[in-house]
Amino acid sequence: MLHNLSVGELAERLNARQISSVELTRHYLARIDRFGATLNALISLTAERALADAAQADLRLARGERGPLLGIPIIHKDIFCTDGVRTSCGSRMLDNFIAPYDATVVTRLKEAGVVMLGKANMDEFAMGSSNETSYYGPVRNPWNTRKVPGGSSGGSAAAAAARLAPLTTGTDTGGSIRQPAALTGITGVKPTYGRVSRYGMIAFASSLDQAGVFARSVADAAPALQAMAGFDARDSTSVDVPVPDYTAGLQKPLKGLKIGILREFFEGLEARNAALIHDALKVYQELGAQTLEVSLPHLPASVPTYYVVAPAECSSNLSRFDGVRYGYRCENPKDLMDLYKRSRGEGFGAEVKRRIMTGTYVLSAGYFDAYYLKAQKVRRLITDDFRAAFTQVDLLIGPTTPTPAFDIGAKIDDPVTMYLNDIYTIGANLAGLPGMSLPCGFVDGLPMGLQLIGPHFSEDRLLCAGHGYQSATDWHTRAPKGYE
Amino acid sequence: MSLTRQDVEKIAHLARLSITEEEMPGYVGSLSSIVSFVDDLSRMQTGDVEPMAHPLEGQHQRLRADVVTESDNHEKYQAIAPSIASGLYVVPRVIE
Repeated sequence: MLHNLSVGELAERLNARQISSVELTRHYLARIDRFGATLNALISLTAERALADAAQADLRLARGERGPLLGIPIIHKDIFCTDGVRTSCGSRMLDNFIAPYDATVVTRLKEAGVVMLGKANMDEFAMGSSNETSYYGPVRNPWNTRKVPGGSSGGSAAAAAARLAPLTTGTDTGGSIRQPAALTGITGVKPTYGRVSRYGMIAFASSLDQAGVFARSVADAAPALQAMAGFDARDSTSVDVPVPDYTAGLQKPLKGLKIGILREFFEGLEARNAALIHDALKVYQELGAQTLEVSLPHLPASVPTYYVVAPAECSSNLSRFDGVRYGYRCENPKDLMDLYKRSRGEGFGAEVKRRIMTGTYVLSAGYFDAYYLKAQKVRRLITDDFRAAFTQVDLLIGPTTPTPAFDIGAKIDDPVTMYLNDIYTIGANLAGLPGMSLPCGFVDGLPMGLQLIGPHFSEDRLLCAGHGYQSATDWHTRAPKGYE
Repeated sequence: MSLTRQDVEKIAHLARLSITEEEMPGYVGSLSSIVSFVDDLSRMQTGDVEPMAHPLEGQHQRLRADVVTESDNHEKYQAIAPSIASGLYVVPRVIE
């Protein structure tokens, strides 16, 4: 079946003209038609445009052009501006927003020849860990449709796991790629802060946001990351560091790789979940890696630190949504203040408003030092812990999430309980480090993820380690029942 | 640490968010719970550590030459505006 082929196999067949991009696109559009409503993974479907883009890709192929992504379908998280196509960010605030330009991520992947099938559902403004805060309704996990797929990139993760597209894009501010990848049994990569341009990516927390990719394997993710990564003058936080050849680097042997087991991640971790990680460690040892325990003593403070820094930054970023230039405007505003307050009060959902208000509070006069400045100091302590650990080891390993996917509705009423889902992922965002989640087994029939974290700009090392694990195991080849 | 209704009203005003009467108790509760959760930070020893605003060391705001590089796309960008007149964004009267 076409949708079970790897990106590499699809590219081979496209390059050999055995299949056309139009055929491939039709195949995935048919799957979206069949499964889309059940999973609610997409906010916008761009079928006509996709077929037109696929025809273009076929022309390029006919002219002799070749490439690892030429003609390959993709779904973009609805946080990336796509010219002429609604970009809602999962919010009523942008339900009517037709983006007037493409995000750099979109442009670069387009140049590489991908075919956009549509825009993926997501937690509103990327704030959430379950894809339940979306204005467009929750996304369902294809492994069990009563369960959440994780968030905020829940639609992208569910779509990739359900084989609605071979590649999907996401963003990760506190774990929003890695966590849903873990809960849906796929591979999710969050690059180093500054590795991928944020131009055209609707901002949530500017010092934490990063764009990344979902795929069914590291080998599939590598060419996508290759296309996305690299300096962009239009993003003032983009870092001018050369991009290595991620695909060429995948096969490097892992002998001698030093992997640090994060002690703090295992405290309180349920035995069955810990067992999966220990099994993965054995695989790495068999591949020649050395493992040793490391401690990051300030890491337990990462969740409260994040929930000061991220809301503070979001309160600033979301102040641009004011009903004046684009997006939702309330009806019959009495005056300017009423225009602002009701456009924002009606346009934003509850979690977004909670975070804007938390941010406003921690930045307000009298509280700034106690909360925001304090959180920034703790952020440095956490980052220093990671730096110290990386003087002893090449990579860090641990679980991605404390539990497998939970029921839709189970945690939505208590924000703090929901926030604790990010307990293992947030540290990497605070320190700007690259991280990846790989499927590593099942608990109660639901997927669990193994997390790898590397030093800044070590994506090649991470991908290589991930590929090594996937060459020795087959968790990443499993499909949810009914989606094979 | 509990926030009062007045606290939440003040914050909502600063954030330019309208909160309805029905919604208010919910936000007072959830914001109090979030603030209590992050209050743990105030008990941590941080000494004279420098606050960290940016995750990567040694980054500076990149500068460029002061020349025009953008083109005028105002028609395209204003096509999606709620209310436009003569190329200007229209809002309720501000000055009496």
